[in-house]
Amino acid sequence: MHGFANPTRFLKLANWLTPALIAGGLVLTAISLVWGLFYVPPDRLMGETVRILFIHVPSAWLGMGGWTAIAISSLVFLVWKHPLAALAARASAVPGMVFTALCLITGSIWGRPTWGTWWVWDGRLTSMLVLLFLYAGYIALAQASARDGGSSKIPAIFGLIGAINIPIINRSVVWWNSLHQPPSLTVGKSAIDPAFLVPLLIAVIGFSLLFGGVVLARMRALLAEFQAEARLRRKAMEAV
Amino acid sequence: MSDNGGTRGLKPKHQRLVLVSLALVALIGASLLAVWGLRSQANYFYLPDQLVASPPPAGQAIRLGGMVAEGSIQTMGDGITIAFIVTDQKEARVPVMFSGILPDLFVENSGVVAEGALDAKGVFQAENLLAKHDENYVPKELQEMSEHQAAKMAEETTLGLD
Repeated sequence: MHGFANPTRFLKLANWLTPALIAGGLVLTAISLVWGLFYVPPDRLMGETVRILFIHVPSAWLGMGGWTAIAISSLVFLVWKHPLAALAARASAVPGMVFTALCLITGSIWGRPTWGTWWVWDGRLTSMLVLLFLYAGYIALAQASARDGGSSKIPAIFGLIGAINIPIINRSVVWWNSLHQPPSLTVGKSAIDPAFLVPLLIAVIGFSLLFGGVVLARMRALLAEFQAEARLRRKAMEAV
Repeated sequence: MSDNGGTRGLKPKHQRLVLVSLALVALIGASLLAVWGLRSQANYFYLPDQLVASPPPAGQAIRLGGMVAEGSIQTMGDGITIAFIVTDQKEARVPVMFSGILPDLFVENSGVVAEGALDAKGVFQAENLLAKHDENYVPKELQEMSEHQAAKMAEETTLGLD
């Protein structure tokens, strides 16, 4: 683990892993979307609208996965002070927020024909909207502290506190009566027919690889930014 | 060990680990208490047995969620008002009246959430109906095939009985 905290070693790994993840992710996502949109049979009750599943579920998974990544990286940064961990947390925020927004938008479009409403304030929908706002707050906080040269401690603490929302989102449909259905996939059990499940799993893997690739690319960009700034500062010192 | 200031000789990173863990435990405890407090308030709807056991005052706007009982959907004389019964696994049954456009997924033995209020007679007067989808995803063909197979099987087993 400590080996990867070294930026040079990290860059060596990220240089080939980033394009590999993005390419793999694009291929799997394309396969799953073509499969899901054109070859999957319509659902018994929902009919053709079931195809939104293949974007909605992977987006929800990554919206929550993004914050889990922020929380774990923040913990590693606060305890072991790895600077790369703070970078990983910052890099996960924007893609996580994009997927959360995608989940909410596709869910709303799906809700209109299936439930008969665009939006309801039930436990699942509300906690997911809270996650979107948490992302917005985190991004603002991380940018402000980076711009003012402050420490990454404050966004890291915010990242850990916000993680409380993740189990709440996950359990909301179990704890409270909600319009959203209970989980279809639980450990070792699936209420989803294999005709839907196989392309769904491919979509989840594909979206996740894309997410990983984007996070690595953003970490490289942030590192390059730091190095460029450090070089400018050194030059300015030499000039004086 | 004197440089870290810890009286028990803890390394700074272990000290931080203990601090962060304690803070997380406190945080999780606090939010669990908050969720526990919200337990009944954060429900999106009443279940039929909750409504039967402790009915809210007539006229108070509430939501009722459950299954549409089999064979209970009746269209009234005016052609737009329907009456049906919302039930659950616990045998509680609540009669519901609604006039308006039904969602596509509103069928018998399927989930429904009705927004409205109880009237003086204990009938739930719904102003809006939402269909609730369950967690099962089943292809149309598969369901039709199994019905077809069931019909075929019934045909085969009753063959020669008449």
